[in-house]
Amino acid sequence: MEETFDLVIVGGGPAGMSAAIVAARAGIKTIVIERGEFPGSKNVYGGVVYVHEIEKILPDFWKDKTAPIERVITDSRIVFANDHGAMQVGYKTDRFSDPPNVITTHRAKWDRWYANKAKEAGVLIVNNTVVEEVLRDLTGRVTGVRTGRPDGDLYCKLVIFADGAQSPLLVRAGIRKEVKAEHVALSVKETIQLSEEEVTKRFGAKPGEGVTFEILGSLADKMDGVAIMYTNKDTVSLGIGANLEQWKKSKVTPYEMIDKLKEHPMIKPLVDGGQTKEYVAHWLPEGGYDTIPKLYGNGYLLCGDTAMLFNALHREGTNLAQETGRLAGEMAVKAIKEGDTSESMLSEYDANVKNSFVLKDMRKYRKFPHLLFNNPMIFQTLPDVVGDMIEEMLLVDGKSKKEKQKIIVRNIRKKVGLYRLMGLALRAWRSVK
Amino acid sequence: MSDQEWKGVLVFIEVTDGKVQEVGWELLGEAKKLASKINQNVQALIIGHDVEKFAKDAIAYGADVVYVVDDPGYKNYITKTYAKAFVEIVNKHKPDIALIGATNLGRDLSGAIATVLKAGLTADCTGLDIDDQSKKLLSTRPTFGGNIMATIFCQKGKPQMSTVRPKVMKMPEPDPKRQGHVIKESVPVDPKDLTVKILEYIPDSCLESVEIEHAKILVAGGRGCNTPAGLDKLKELAKLIGGELCGSRPLVEAGAITPDRQVGQTGKTVVPRVYIAVGISGAIQHLVGMQNSDCIIAINSDPNAPIFKVATVSIVGSWQAIVPAVIEELKKRMGRQ
Amino acid sequence: MHIVVLIKQVPDTQEVKIDPEKNTIVRAGVESIVNPFDMNATELALQLREQYGGKVTVITMGPPQAAMALKETFSMGVDKVILLQDRGFAASDTLATSYVLAQGIKRLEADGEKVDLVICGKQAVDGDTAQTGPGVACRLSFDQITYVTQVDKIDLDTRTIVARRRLAKGVQVVQAQLPALLTVEKDINEPRYATLRGIIAAERVKVVEWCAADIKADAEQIGFKGSPTWVKRIFTPPPREGGPKFDGPDAVKKALEVVLDNQHFKEAVFGEEGVCKR
Repeated sequence: MEETFDLVIVGGGPAGMSAAIVAARAGIKTIVIERGEFPGSKNVYGGVVYVHEIEKILPDFWKDKTAPIERVITDSRIVFANDHGAMQVGYKTDRFSDPPNVITTHRAKWDRWYANKAKEAGVLIVNNTVVEEVLRDLTGRVTGVRTGRPDGDLYCKLVIFADGAQSPLLVRAGIRKEVKAEHVALSVKETIQLSEEEVTKRFGAKPGEGVTFEILGSLADKMDGVAIMYTNKDTVSLGIGANLEQWKKSKVTPYEMIDKLKEHPMIKPLVDGGQTKEYVAHWLPEGGYDTIPKLYGNGYLLCGDTAMLFNALHREGTNLAQETGRLAGEMAVKAIKEGDTSESMLSEYDANVKNSFVLKDMRKYRKFPHLLFNNPMIFQTLPDVVGDMIEEMLLVDGKSKKEKQKIIVRNIRKKVGLYRLMGLALRAWRSVK
Repeated sequence: MSDQEWKGVLVFIEVTDGKVQEVGWELLGEAKKLASKINQNVQALIIGHDVEKFAKDAIAYGADVVYVVDDPGYKNYITKTYAKAFVEIVNKHKPDIALIGATNLGRDLSGAIATVLKAGLTADCTGLDIDDQSKKLLSTRPTFGGNIMATIFCQKGKPQMSTVRPKVMKMPEPDPKRQGHVIKESVPVDPKDLTVKILEYIPDSCLESVEIEHAKILVAGGRGCNTPAGLDKLKELAKLIGGELCGSRPLVEAGAITPDRQVGQTGKTVVPRVYIAVGISGAIQHLVGMQNSDCIIAINSDPNAPIFKVATVSIVGSWQAIVPAVIEELKKRMGRQ
Repeated sequence: MHIVVLIKQVPDTQEVKIDPEKNTIVRAGVESIVNPFDMNATELALQLREQYGGKVTVITMGPPQAAMALKETFSMGVDKVILLQDRGFAASDTLATSYVLAQGIKRLEADGEKVDLVICGKQAVDGDTAQTGPGVACRLSFDQITYVTQVDKIDLDTRTIVARRRLAKGVQVVQAQLPALLTVEKDINEPRYATLRGIIAAERVKVVEWCAADIKADAEQIGFKGSPTWVKRIFTPPPREGGPKFDGPDAVKKALEVVLDNQHFKEAVFGEEGVCKR
């Protein structure tokens, strides 16, 4: 007698695995189909993970010595950079160390560990297998999936799709639209090898603790993008993300871009002498609220990156993936136990997601992508001007403060225009209000 | 029986198709060096039918004593009979060290012998030496596809056995005036052991060619030129300079060349004087099969191909552009020569 | 017909490095795979089972994680998987390994499961010795056929097997008596892609584990003690130095200047040796 499953989850990343753990714990027979060699082998992200979200699924996980935590982040900084300087605003505290608030992890290690937790909960994980087709019955209801393996059809009561930003599967099945280039960012990240002591020392941290930097500015050569720098145990993650259209316009390759970044006066001393250990690139959905597809249908749910759930401003893809995975898992439990996996039943998932901080945040920042795309000066001119402004203020050259003020205002007028600046400030405020 | 009673460096002289395999002579040269370090003699063992005539060559190449097991039952090699004969000779004459060429036959045979004798066996060695203090044999061999070299010794067991790669040890100069003993040993074949029968032998269809292990010049194709047009160009080049065609695994998998022409970890190791690699990236699995060639010429369109790191001369470009140009240039120069 | 396949779990050889301080092989973070030749051996066993009926048992000697390798073969469709696992087996060389594997097979036979055919991969891609298969054949007194590229026929009445061996200059067709042991070449077949059901079954299967006592293994013949060969040292081979590289329009002309000046090239192509004797 062949083994049957109640719930099939496509994708073994943070979204899919969170759904799996929740469902399996409630006694639902769950199977996860992952296309990579192991969960995490095909996943890429900046590196930051929110403890609160994970604790909803794995309480006190950080006390477990086997949990692959790189560093506990106690120091968060935002940086405005131009090509010769940078302004940093940061907050450092002891309050985020125990219990930890935010941690850095290594994606492959984390996902594998997380998958083992799923296995412990009774989830069956099948690797090296691609789901090629969505199976439906005559009414159009999703009844299972077809994998690329021989004899590879799997029927079940509910399917959760957690298969990432591009998902040609869902596009083919008509469940989601293709991602437009203007809604996708390409992120490249380099992991630079130093040593544990070196990282601790250079970033002024305590052993086991670390720093995150979100960097905005014109260091991305004629390209609008955001950079990140995160500390791991003995490595530093340095990454740049920009809208795909921007990458196309720019003449510089992603590799060259990161090399430029490494030469920046603020960054160079922190990573100098380190060896490139790893290089990854990945798609990120960036379209925001307006690009979110319908999250449910007869017999299925969507969660994570495949649902375009990504907060462009706060870089919270993993966070939202876990949360929506959890909610999808809970919905699956209810629907399967009550024997109703119809669209009307599953609409409850949609309501839950909208009411969670996930969609609330995305709605809040709905206009932000537009703001970014339509105001390139945010990436270039503004950091430039702000930088000039501060430099002027800091430069000791015998000029009086009043004179300096005049120079600054003249500069702003020339490069940006006071009215433009105020208009931008207003729009920015409106877009994130 | 204490270890001290085992003396002598024995070399197995393989005779296949009526010919002595050269590795046997190479090993006699090596055996001489090892034997002098431990003050022992060099012995040779020849098993087969109608092989007594090779004993004098063995002496010329360095053997002090030659054991000959000559019997019609040994005409064709089968593991059981040869292993039995070998073991009997070893138990009778007790050599301290036994060396076998790592040919198909040698590697088929050595595992069986070592198991019966409970002896230490090191396979496919590229280097042999004697440890200064323990006076034991040190065998160096590639592991992990050649990524890591290991030096092995026998903490127990006699004889200390190693199979050695052909064409690694230098071929010695034969001295026809050398003197030595030939001892004929009788080890009749037990008919009950003849359970393996050779039904047929199908030689390779390319009868007009030389085995790549014996070729002095090789032209090798890789994934980067794995098309009929590419193969044709390579054959043309090979013909022009008197070389043989060979290649990496993808060519075998595509049926473009027969498996015996595969160079690499799972193919053959070659040490020609000239190796021209076209469209071969130089992955370690291929490199281990050819990196000891004297002159390596690499042609690849990827400027970062690993093969360039070991090539004597590198040319960056596609085979379509480079190979015909090379052929033309060579024709010109060869016309002049 | 009962076919036993002997497999080995090996590190993915591309990534293996030496720890410069401890002079040992760094295995941390290196993925483990089923020895590629053993996948071909498993595939051959499955094909023969399809043709002649019977069952396939896969055995490996290894640490606990070698069970993953067994599961991979189970997902392809073999009938039973056995792990020979004991701390005493660690650090075994090929002599000790062939002893343990042979003892395992003898235990199967003692349990009433007579073995007709043993199939191994030609060599393991970490050790590269190709000695273990012949060692097992010798201990079991099985006929041995190495470098097999094809099995032509098995006749269960006359208890014979006809197979082809790849030799240096040609293919040899041999006939041996069953029970026999084969070592197979990679070009013998293409290992099958496991079915979804196969993978699911592999996750669920109970791997039989036998320790030294279960196979009546003599302590003197296993592990470190039972291994005549010990490693004195390991090292990374010195890299070969590369010569000049030529690019651009005049690349061929310039390169050939160097080539034609090369002693080896000159002697090989223009000297007497260059004449290919056909």
